[in-house]
Amino acid sequence: MIFLLIGVPVLAGIIAFFIRPGWMPRFLLLAVAVTHAGLTAGVWMVEPAPVLDGWLLLDAPGQLFLSITSLLFLMVSIYAVGYLAREDWGSRQDFKEGLLFTNARESVFVCCLLLFLGTMTLVTVSQHFGLLWVAVEATTLVSAPLIYFHRHVRSLEATWKYIMICSVGIALALLGNFFLAVAATFKGQEHIPLLVKNLMDNAPALHAPWLKSAFIFMLVGYGTKMGLAPLHTWLPDAHSESPSLVSALLSGALLNCAFLAVLRIYQVCAAAGMDSYGRSLLVGFGLFSMLIAAAFIVRQIDFKRMLAYSSVEHMGILSLGVGLGAGGVYGAMLHAVNHSLTKAMLFLAAGNIIAVYKSKSTREISGVFSVLPMTGVLWVGGFLAITGSPPFGLFVSELLILKAALDQGRWGVAMAYLALLSVIFIGMAAIFCRMAQGRSSGPPATGLTPRGLKTTLFNEPLLSVLPPLALGALTLVLGLYIPEGLHRVLELAAAAVEGF
Amino acid sequence: MKIVIEALIVLLILTNLKLIASSRLSACIRVVAVQGVLLGLMPLIAGQEALTLRIAALSGLTMLLKGVVFPWLLLKTLRSANVRREIEPFVGYAASLMIGAGLLFLAIWMSRQLPMPFAVTSPLIMPLAFFTMMIGLFAVISRRKAITQVLGYLVMENGIYAFGLVFAQHEPLLVELGILLDAFMAVFVMGITIFHINREFDHIDADRLSALKG
Repeated sequence: MIFLLIGVPVLAGIIAFFIRPGWMPRFLLLAVAVTHAGLTAGVWMVEPAPVLDGWLLLDAPGQLFLSITSLLFLMVSIYAVGYLAREDWGSRQDFKEGLLFTNARESVFVCCLLLFLGTMTLVTVSQHFGLLWVAVEATTLVSAPLIYFHRHVRSLEATWKYIMICSVGIALALLGNFFLAVAATFKGQEHIPLLVKNLMDNAPALHAPWLKSAFIFMLVGYGTKMGLAPLHTWLPDAHSESPSLVSALLSGALLNCAFLAVLRIYQVCAAAGMDSYGRSLLVGFGLFSMLIAAAFIVRQIDFKRMLAYSSVEHMGILSLGVGLGAGGVYGAMLHAVNHSLTKAMLFLAAGNIIAVYKSKSTREISGVFSVLPMTGVLWVGGFLAITGSPPFGLFVSELLILKAALDQGRWGVAMAYLALLSVIFIGMAAIFCRMAQGRSSGPPATGLTPRGLKTTLFNEPLLSVLPPLALGALTLVLGLYIPEGLHRVLELAAAAVEGF
Repeated sequence: MKIVIEALIVLLILTNLKLIASSRLSACIRVVAVQGVLLGLMPLIAGQEALTLRIAALSGLTMLLKGVVFPWLLLKTLRSANVRREIEPFVGYAASLMIGAGLLFLAIWMSRQLPMPFAVTSPLIMPLAFFTMMIGLFAVISRRKAITQVLGYLVMENGIYAFGLVFAQHEPLLVELGILLDAFMAVFVMGITIFHINREFDHIDADRLSALKG
């Protein structure tokens, strides 16, 4: 089962590289996405057997993050079918600088998307720290070509920053791995294999100073990938310059995978009785990320960058939730699910807006409601959801994290958390309202004739509206009711993270 | 045996200093190649136990990748980009050497702070690993050309690899191979990206990639 989950996307990715552009790669993409989602659904029914001596095993946190990834990928690939069909494959003008650019080959794009799914799946099932590192680094390398899909200078710059910053960051996590290996050496002789389970069973015997150093290096390393401030600098560039469906995957699935890697080492630390040490670091990084995000969201002029900074904010909330411990961990797990669904929905809606307006500027775009009624609804609904308004799921999870802070009497943390959330709410409200309301802004300043500015109701392509709509509906449902099965997995995941 | 290992370590430290002191990019690539070969030799000599097939294969593969394949890929990129020298780095060469010396002291100090819980082949391995990593990071930060930044990343990876040599006998083969494969892929992808940067911008100065901000 686990082999299939990883093998199907990887094999299909390799096949996709060699087939001709057209409907074939798109069909392959969709087929693999459906298969993967089906297999993942199967995981919820039957627990898959561990393979490779327990190196690959699906525990509760892994299952949760695998399900998010798989669901998101399914939605994104449905969107991608329409997107790739509408893409202009010749050379065309860049709407920002007016230079000519082309796209990467479609088969390369589909190949990288599928490999991306395969490597992310590997991250969720890896129980060995070395393998986990290999998988996380592999996700960076296969997603770099995705960011450089539109071959213009800005996406090239974003790709370069993404590869360099993430590779150097993750190299630090590799050093953390070796530190962990030192910590796992008894009396200079016996080595514990670096499997999460073995380390947790022998946690009290681990060498404390080395374990602490390992935690710091892994937190910084994987935190770079996860987008924790001040290591987030690649994130706004990569998210804003890649095609929207890639941004949705980067933000909704990839950041979570890096977060899972941080959780794995936190698990070991918590089991070793060093949770207070790990927690203070996580709370610090979390609040600082929210602060940086708030500073950049207010008066942001590029709406995809705004969404990217919002991801920094939510990664901060996740880290804060885990750092608070107790109920906060459950809240963080739920928040990860909600954030992924909502952010993917927003990025896909953003893609629809860009396709029509040919602009990413928050100053130039207005009247999304009248031009693109469905996308307008999604855009405003997504705004309410992402800022944690009731009745959406993020409201519940943000409240749970607040409750955890208040229960522990950490008033300072709670106040800072609330203050930053309100600043971000106001900052985003200003941008979203200006974009959604008003009359259509007419032809953008670049002088290109915008295609289909006169779209009427039902004129939007169904394939680009349905996936975000489905994601939005799920967030709404999660705000009202959490299914029993999901609740159980969330509780198991929270318990596992706290080292039990 | 021990004297051979320590000679190797000293040579490795010298390659690091040579990297930050030379302005010709092709010379820098060759230095990193030499460093890769020397690193590949280490597990062959340092192994306390008898030479196994596993260690031999691993060290052969390391030498092949780090000593031949990576430099070849990078030299190819360098030729297509048509640059020869690192002109006006952020930190000059004399200053770089001074900083390098400082980093060496720092590395020795750091390795004293974190004593190994078990006996290692040579007490110099830890300072070497830290020093190599810091030089790598320094090259990433202080140099303009994209290709020097890739070299810096490689040197940093080499440093971490040197640290891993302490456990050469214990890390599972699958992980070692995975790490090497990832490094290979990284250099490959970075090389392609540099090729594109050169084509789009007519230069490979990473500091001039500054359109995206805010």
